[in-house]
Amino acid sequence: MRITGSKARGVILRIVVCIKQVPATSKVQIDEVTGVLRREGIESKLNPYDLYALETAVWIKDKVGGAVTTLTMGPLQAEEAIKESFILGADQGYLVSDRKLAGSDVLATAYTLSQAIRLLDGYDLIICGKQTTDGDTAQVGPEVAEFLEIPHVTWVKKVNEVTEDSIVVEQDLGTSSAILELPYPALITVEKDIFQPRLPSYRRKKLTAAQQVNVLTFSDFLDSDEQKYGLNGSPTQVERVFPPDANEDKVLWEDEPSLLGEKIYMLIKDRNFI
Amino acid sequence: MATLAINARRCSLCGECIATCPFNAISEVDGKIEIDAGCRMCKLCLKNCPEKAITLIDDKRVAVDKEAWRGILVFVEHLDGEIHPVTLELIGKARELADSTNQPVYCLFMGDQIAEQAKSLLQYPVEKVFVYEDSALRYFRVDVYANIFEDCIRAVQPSTVLVGATSVGRSLAPRVAARFRTGLTADCTTLEIRENTDLVQIRPAFGGNVMAQIVTPFSRPQFATVRYKVMSPAEKGGSPSGTVERCVVSPVRLKSKIRVREVVLNEQSPGILEAETLVVAGRGVKDKQDLELLQELADLLDGQLAATRPLVEAGWVHYSKQIGLSGRTVKPKLIITCGVSGAVQFSAGISGSECIVAINQDRSAPILDQAHYGVVGDLYEVVPSLIDRIKG
Ligand SMILES: Cc1cc2nc3c(=O)[nH]c(=O)nc-3n(C[C@H](O)[C@H](O)[C@H](O)COP(=O)(O)OP(=O)(O)OC[C@H]3O[C@@H](n4cnc5c(N)ncnc54)[C@H](O)[C@@H]3O)c2cc1C
Ligand SMILES: Nc1ncnc2c1ncn2[C@@H]1O[C@H](COP(=O)(O)O)[C@@H](O)[C@H]1O
Repeated sequence: MRITGSKARGVILRIVVCIKQVPATSKVQIDEVTGVLRREGIESKLNPYDLYALETAVWIKDKVGGAVTTLTMGPLQAEEAIKESFILGADQGYLVSDRKLAGSDVLATAYTLSQAIRLLDGYDLIICGKQTTDGDTAQVGPEVAEFLEIPHVTWVKKVNEVTEDSIVVEQDLGTSSAILELPYPALITVEKDIFQPRLPSYRRKKLTAAQQVNVLTFSDFLDSDEQKYGLNGSPTQVERVFPPDANEDKVLWEDEPSLLGEKIYMLIKDRNFI
Repeated sequence: MATLAINARRCSLCGECIATCPFNAISEVDGKIEIDAGCRMCKLCLKNCPEKAITLIDDKRVAVDKEAWRGILVFVEHLDGEIHPVTLELIGKARELADSTNQPVYCLFMGDQIAEQAKSLLQYPVEKVFVYEDSALRYFRVDVYANIFEDCIRAVQPSTVLVGATSVGRSLAPRVAARFRTGLTADCTTLEIRENTDLVQIRPAFGGNVMAQIVTPFSRPQFATVRYKVMSPAEKGGSPSGTVERCVVSPVRLKSKIRVREVVLNEQSPGILEAETLVVAGRGVKDKQDLELLQELADLLDGQLAATRPLVEAGWVHYSKQIGLSGRTVKPKLIITCGVSGAVQFSAGISGSECIVAINQDRSAPILDQAHYGVVGDLYEVVPSLIDRIKG
């Protein structure tokens, strides 16, 4: 890892981290009559993948100097996510919350976030989590980058270099890996395990308890074309949700272990698996 | 902007909407019902209001002229010219969707020195392969690839664009979809098409607990990324009249801000994706050492050992062997799960398997329902007896 530009030389990177509050449980049920999701309770937590994004930002800030701003779009309760980010090292945070944003799909969410980012006092690096555990699309990051007309790299598993004007990262492409250099401003989405997220410290919790979350609403945005936000700005529509298929033609074997072994053997032999 | 409005004169403050809102976005403030930013526009309150006091105020959305967009465009993914097999699966699906709506199938192939490979695609049932060739396109760089993708879409005007839900595809597709301000559905596992060319996209959501059916009714092109190993690959033959069309690459479109320093192949242990037979270890395996038993079974069947997430998290098995929603989707001929409970996040990854055999001692384990052959028994007894039998 090569770091150029130390705090002493005054490299101040402006880092934005996009975070989202997600349901704390993955146990969702479908209302058979209405086809609408029922969530048990409304317990929320920070999207676990975003912890890695935040940690990456704080790590870079500690190395080269900088300021970390967190950003989320959601209901007013999502303020909690920003407060949690203060404890984990963010310097300031913004919540975008407005009823006009209700029903946003990936495109509308990404556009809204890009509009919010344009309101910030400049940015060099934007970091997103790999994906969320509820939306689960991994698309918001790249779409934000497109709307801001900046380059992006997904699936970053390692930060190789951070300099005053660019960052070098290693991207995991499954069968291959690419080492890529990108100049600021740029956006990356990071893999789980890029850095081990720190645990919230009691000291920082006390220290940041009174820190305010900035709230942005629709009226703050430069682009006030309502067709680009919320339900109307969302080209995709969820028509219905339904439980995964049940298996109809199944066979159940209960027997002595040795007979079970025999049965499986006959099955795989009959069907030419050996 | 679409919004929900409450008619205060009709509203009796019965509280039904407050109770039904799955997102707790409705409350009563000063004798009035208010909907806050938690609203997801699920419209459940509207359906359930006994006074019909909630209405949807929806601005008319202007739908595109769907006739102006025709054809299904498949993105050809490759690494330095070697075509990724998901491409053939996309072609197979595209053909099926295209035939039922009387549309052509196109391929978009960008890279360096790919003329031969482009021609090889004509063995499959495609009408046209659009080729963009330049040394700057040798490796995937998202900004340049997005530019070429955009050029191709503008020229071809396809109704649907299919991209593999691979690392490359899931980075590229959102960039291009956003550029066209259109919808993209991630990681689809089922695709159907309506007569009006609306693509019906089905994907697991909420960690695989539910399936969601998604459409893009107002805009074109409609984008989907499609899971690898879910669709059947295209058969050779069928459209001998297909042609390769070389397209002009304009130099300004090739300017990238991203510099590729190096591309290295990741270390590959034999992959579970290719294996025809898989033996899966779940948490019913008590000790890391016991994996040897299952490895032996896998070896005897000429297959591979895979695992559920808890075993990967314990560090017993490498991540590349994890099956499931946050691991791999596999589609082997035979899969034998040992001590796996069958959580939806796991079974999402095996549903395409030809024959699922599940060994679990708990009769109520969900996996016994999902399997074609549920075997109620202790893996520590059943597996050794099976091994003995195979060894003869
Ligand atoms: C967002 C999200 C993504 C996830 N992604 C994945 C994923 O990609 N892959 C994945 O696997 N999980 C994933 N999970 C976790 C998943 O929910 C389950 O926790 C996991 O699959 C359980 O693994 P298991 O079946 O091995 O263990 P368990 O659920 O603990 O099941 C062990 C089973 O073994 C049986 N058993 C015990 N002893 C024996 C014996 N001697 N002989 C026979 N049977 C025995 C038990 O009856 C039990 O049914 C994900 C979870 C979330 C929330
Ligand atoms: N509502 C949101 N507010 C802020 N960031 C978000 C939001 N939704 C998604 N993101 C970011 O985009 C990433 C990918 O999300 P997704 O496309 O939903 O899987 C997340 O890890 C976040 O970094």
